[in-house]
Amino acid sequence: MKPLFKAIAAASITLTAGYVAAFQPAVVYDTAGKFDKSFNEAVFRNGVEPFNADKGVVVREFEPQNEEQRTQSLRRLAQQGASPIVAVGFNFSSSVEQVAAQFPNTQFAIIDSVVDLPNVQSIIFAEHEGSFLVGALAAMATESNVISFVGGMDIPLIRKFACGYEQGAKYVNSDVRYIQNMTGSTPSAFNDPARGSELANSQITQGSDVIFAAAGGTGIGVYQAAADAGVYAIGVDSNQNYLQPGTMLSSMVKRVGVAAYQTWEESLNGEWEGGIKVLDLAAGGVDWALDEFNEDLVSAEMQSRMAEIRQAIIDGEIQVHDYSSNNSCDY
Amino acid sequence: MSQERIPVWITVVVIPITNVLLAAIAAGFIFWFLNINPLDALRAMVYGAFGSSYGWGYTLYYMTTYIFTGLAVAVAFKCGMFNIGGEGQAYIGALGVGLVCLWLGGKVPFLVLLPISIMAAAVFGALWALIPAWLQAYRGSHIVITTIMFNFIAASLMNYVLINHLKPEGRMSVESAQFHPDAWIPKVHDVLGAMGIQMGYSPLNLSIVFALLVAFAVWVFLWRTRWGYEIRAVGSNPSAAKYGGIHLPKVIILTMLVAGALAGFLALNVVQGEAHQIKLNLVNQMGFTGIAVALMGRNHPFGIVLAALLFGFLTQGGSELQFEYSVDARIVVVLQGLVILFSGALQYMMKHPIEKAYLRLHHRFGRKPGTDKTAEA
Repeated sequence: MKPLFKAIAAASITLTAGYVAAFQPAVVYDTAGKFDKSFNEAVFRNGVEPFNADKGVVVREFEPQNEEQRTQSLRRLAQQGASPIVAVGFNFSSSVEQVAAQFPNTQFAIIDSVVDLPNVQSIIFAEHEGSFLVGALAAMATESNVISFVGGMDIPLIRKFACGYEQGAKYVNSDVRYIQNMTGSTPSAFNDPARGSELANSQITQGSDVIFAAAGGTGIGVYQAAADAGVYAIGVDSNQNYLQPGTMLSSMVKRVGVAAYQTWEESLNGEWEGGIKVLDLAAGGVDWALDEFNEDLVSAEMQSRMAEIRQAIIDGEIQVHDYSSNNSCDY
Repeated sequence: MSQERIPVWITVVVIPITNVLLAAIAAGFIFWFLNINPLDALRAMVYGAFGSSYGWGYTLYYMTTYIFTGLAVAVAFKCGMFNIGGEGQAYIGALGVGLVCLWLGGKVPFLVLLPISIMAAAVFGALWALIPAWLQAYRGSHIVITTIMFNFIAASLMNYVLINHLKPEGRMSVESAQFHPDAWIPKVHDVLGAMGIQMGYSPLNLSIVFALLVAFAVWVFLWRTRWGYEIRAVGSNPSAAKYGGIHLPKVIILTMLVAGALAGFLALNVVQGEAHQIKLNLVNQMGFTGIAVALMGRNHPFGIVLAALLFGFLTQGGSELQFEYSVDARIVVVLQGLVILFSGALQYMMKHPIEKAYLRLHHRFGRKPGTDKTAEA
């Protein structure tokens, strides 16, 4: 009796496994790599890992090492029956465009860019709204009346963060002085903590006491420099408040991992649809982070003011200018 | 150590192959450590790189790129200079190719456009090498420092041009518009397909033919022309060359112009052949890998073609490894590092044992030692 029972159990496990194997979610990271402590890692930690754990389905992963491998990996995964395939980052636009057209029955999703094909889900975040919020918070927290921004690579996407941040600060206090630095013009600008702390120190000497870093791994150096000098820093993408408790004022969270998770889940439930998906403040795609690491830094008064501004953006009373809409920050 | 009786095939065939085998054995230990059977890993790599037309298409595509960047380093090496600027020169070369394709694509036939884009790749790449060359020639600023710095300047310049001038409105992605299809260098699978030979999709394009021609041309240039002779003379001994009446600054500038042009040709393969648009970060370390390729190929065009094939195999085989075993993508860099370690840094480790072994065997079985052609230094 017992062996028979075992055999049945084994058979049913194999059957489930066989059924699940038909559903093959996949993700292709940007060339910064899966462990960049920021953008790509957010997809891994908040998307891939929980999905593996919750659904018992292993998400296939690939990290391209050069431009050619973007297209190559998407095509390989599609050929092997993976779907939906999430491409992390705007750098995949042309690759997704090309491969999605060749595999019309495969579901694709791209983060931070729009690809206009029926089998592609384009996931866009309203970074300017989240940055506006942390900018407002920065202007409330500053004592020197100078705030600053450290960007990663100098590209429109990062300027979108910067522009939102500046607007938020000026909204709260139009006299606040704003300093902005970009780390560099190569992708390594997203992974240069030494340069990050250098820029942060230079901004601190210019009087800044709240620094927002939208710079991937470079941010680690910025937060360290801020902690050493005893000024505030603001994290990005993931909730980074825990990194330097006491000086991390907040983080501008961009829920890329959750977005990837949702795409796979929708597909698993048969509810997947192509098209543009805008994850703004109202949809919970971006937000500012308040947790046990920074609750002492944000007074009740500030919290209620933030809640007001947040609601005003959601209701459309505050219109935050989007840098990428006209490639300039004249709001 | 006298090399009189060591035939050339020991130096150029047996020793490099031994070094690569040693690197492979060391890599085997790494796979063993990662709980992957080394033989399975090797099979996955070899099959991935050569097992299908898709695989070798990618391998040869990478090889084409490495030939250009390897030659760009080797030519400068021959003149005693270390050109680390392949990265920037190729990037600016891509700007030249891109501008030609964007402006003339669709307006003139491909056969008219191609020579112009080849010229543009060469001229833009060469111009980017000109300033460091001039600084080295007349001001003594070290070429290593200046070419490295020029890589960053190139990156900033390309950023500026792409974002402010070439990026189509309303695109988040930092890249130029697609070229007109008439400007594309034909893909090898299309050409073979038209001749009735089926081949899987790959980025391999006809630039590979050009790369092999260029490799041959570089050999002719270095060993069969007066300019090449002057370059090699300056590389072997600048003082003697100067004493012999060679104008050093002129030779330095000429060398760097040629090196820059060679690096610029990368754009033909990557931009005009495959991406069909100028992308951010399109060179992606291929310029630096060119240093390793030149080192392995012993700065000889023929060696560079072989080394480029090896590195193409590592790049493509390594990515297949990632598909099959989900190993970390950086494994490719580890493998390249091992190859460079054994055939670059440790290239003399096996030299003496092999030569001794050869001499012993030769004495025992051979007839008259010393009649073979001797190795070139």
